Amino acid sequence: MSETSKRGVFGWLDDRFHLAPLVDYMRHKEVPVHRHSIWYYMGGVTLFLFIVQLFTGILLLMYYRPGAESAYESVRFLMNKVPFGWLFRAVHSWGANIFILFAFVHMFSTFFTRAYGRPRELTWVTGFVLLALGMGFGFSGYLLPWNELAFFATKVGTDIAGVLPVVGDAIKVFLRGGEDVTGATLIRFYAFHIALIPAIFTGILGVHLLFVQRQGMHEPEFVSRQPEGEKRTMAFFPNFLLRDLFVWLIVLNVLLFLAVFYPWELGLEADPFASAPQGIKPEWYFMFMFQTLKLIPAHVLGLEGEMLGVLVFMLAGLAWMLVPFWEIRTRATGRLKPMAVIGFLALGFIVIMTIVGYLV
Amino acid sequence: MSRKPFGVLLAWLALVVAGPVAAQDIPETLQNDQCIACHSDVGYLPDGLLLAGPHMRAELSCAGCHGGDNTTDDEEIAHAGTFRGVPDAASIPAFCGRCHSDLGFMRSYSPSASTDQVANYYTSVHGQKLRTGDTHVAQCASCHTAHAVLPASDARSSVHPMNVPALCNGCHGDAETMADYGIRTTQYRDYVGSVHGQALLEREDLGAPACNDCHGNHGAQPPGIESIEHVCGMCHVNNADYFSATGMARAFADEQLHACEECHGIHDVRKTFDAMVSTGDDSVCTTCHEEGDDGYAAADSMYAQLSALVAAQDSALAVTERVREIGMDDIEIGFLLRDAHESTIQARTLVHTFDPSRTAEATTVGLEKANEAIRIGHEEIGDFRFRRFGFGIATLLITILTIALFFKIREVERS
Repeated sequence: MSETSKRGVFGWLDDRFHLAPLVDYMRHKEVPVHRHSIWYYMGGVTLFLFIVQLFTGILLLMYYRPGAESAYESVRFLMNKVPFGWLFRAVHSWGANIFILFAFVHMFSTFFTRAYGRPRELTWVTGFVLLALGMGFGFSGYLLPWNELAFFATKVGTDIAGVLPVVGDAIKVFLRGGEDVTGATLIRFYAFHIALIPAIFTGILGVHLLFVQRQGMHEPEFVSRQPEGEKRTMAFFPNFLLRDLFVWLIVLNVLLFLAVFYPWELGLEADPFASAPQGIKPEWYFMFMFQTLKLIPAHVLGLEGEMLGVLVFMLAGLAWMLVPFWEIRTRATGRLKPMAVIGFLALGFIVIMTIVGYLV
Repeated sequence: MSRKPFGVLLAWLALVVAGPVAAQDIPETLQNDQCIACHSDVGYLPDGLLLAGPHMRAELSCAGCHGGDNTTDDEEIAHAGTFRGVPDAASIPAFCGRCHSDLGFMRSYSPSASTDQVANYYTSVHGQKLRTGDTHVAQCASCHTAHAVLPASDARSSVHPMNVPALCNGCHGDAETMADYGIRTTQYRDYVGSVHGQALLEREDLGAPACNDCHGNHGAQPPGIESIEHVCGMCHVNNADYFSATGMARAFADEQLHACEECHGIHDVRKTFDAMVSTGDDSVCTTCHEEGDDGYAAADSMYAQLSALVAAQDSALAVTERVREIGMDDIEIGFLLRDAHESTIQARTLVHTFDPSRTAEATTVGLEKANEAIRIGHEEIGDFRFRRFGFGIATLLITILTIALFFKIREVERS
């Protein structure tokens, strides 16, 4: 009876949307199995965490009241009076950080397995844009509770944008909605966080997933060199999807653990007239840039050090996004590959600067 | 050839050298002032002359006080006529009083300015002694300086509240000077260590009293036995009111005892603590009261009430600390703790009624608030445990689901 009804519903939909070829495609889609297969799950986990953010974000939105006079109190109310409000806020805050972490892991695993190469250049580019937007999510969302640390971190962050030549000041004023970080900035960041960035992110994410589904999983070089008979694969549906689900459940458990045992603090309400507290630090994923800018001398080659640093980071980011188009290819095997060296240097730089940022 | 241009240049140099005064801060009229021009020329300007002070700003110049003609560079003409020169110590009050006792004149500068300083001064011990020819006592310039006079509200002023204790100590801490008057010289040392001195000099709390707040400014007198209670009561209003309505106040007056001072000291007033009102070693009550009398029983009872309230508050604070540590809601607890603290302050003030039934009014309320804070705190901690328990259940379910999925994957892959 249920089988008939299932077939009936599917038949009804298939009749209108021609789903059968799509299902057939999914059924025949294969995922390579090898010693680096674990990295295939990183993108899925990032996607899962985005869904968690979306879900918890919508729940928070029901109580959050933007505005310098209401934001902090509404978050406080949400955390203390709304049933399970504390849980959703903690999951949202932790989820944001783990989301960025997995996005980084996903990006570096793609880089080191050289999955960005032809024909997946645009998948890499869209992925990089998604990471940048994800960091924009983090930066804009950080200010929303309107607490002291977020207020001053936003002040510092937008100040950094202001050092850019020619357009810096305009960008700063645009981000802040004026000369200073005020309630206008909060409203602006709120609009970025819940409307602008999600709209762009969702669109690009759709394209990114479409590319992944259309092109399938990348085979690392050592797998593609194997004879066809020796290559192992698994069906995307249901095998890989079930394994994806398995990892997602573990991540969900970890997320709940962190939310319950290490609830996200709200801190003190922002006071624009107070002096900045000691130890203003950005979110950990901005730390390597923040620390580097701190270490650059005030003037380098006659240029303002901070401005030079920001420009170098922008150029480095651009170069990283365009990696598939300038990749240094080597035929020799077994030797140190230049792209791997570049990758390790970039990763090492990020890790070391982040650690230094927290130790100093 | 007139030396005026050179003199004016020297005056300008003097203005610049005289202190950190921006050129635009110097009154324009002083730029052509011949007193400054000539006295700069001969290398004599009084020590500490403050060109940016209120007198100079009011364009009084040197001649405003010392007389003479400040428009001429002729020494004889300048020092003739109304020239008064440097006054001796005995005539300084009248010298300053020429303007400061003239209500009509002072109003043109400040409508609210008082003009009774000189009159008050002559009621003080300082003024009375000066009248008898003792020129060692303080007169206007001793405290306000001669040429760096600034309002007391200016932190640079010698009479700014934070500078007053050291200023008075300049004379009152000098054993040689005070020997002639038979006055102790330990006041400053006592004051610095006192709760008032620490508040003013260490915490820079300008609400705390300096010497003049108790002894008066220009009419400085040591407060008499009957007035100490009123002097302290200027700030400690409720304490003084409660005390003056008690039988103890009448008994003190009969015994010629100094009200507040008997328990709290004079210049060395220490921070109070609850055991002062007890029957223990730190008690001030047992100085007069003995076991078996009413005062002894009252002290015992009030100390027990205060101790119970403080203990409840400490417990509430400990619970609150735990609530904060675990990130739970402490807003309502915070309000209750504040109320309990207010009750403690009230009870400590009501101690001055020496009536245990009055202190109980405040301690009972405080205990209720503290206990309510403890109850809510325990509720929050219970809620926190419930969350963990809930998390345990959720984890268990997710783990079961994960294991089930693991077996499902194996089954799918085998098939």
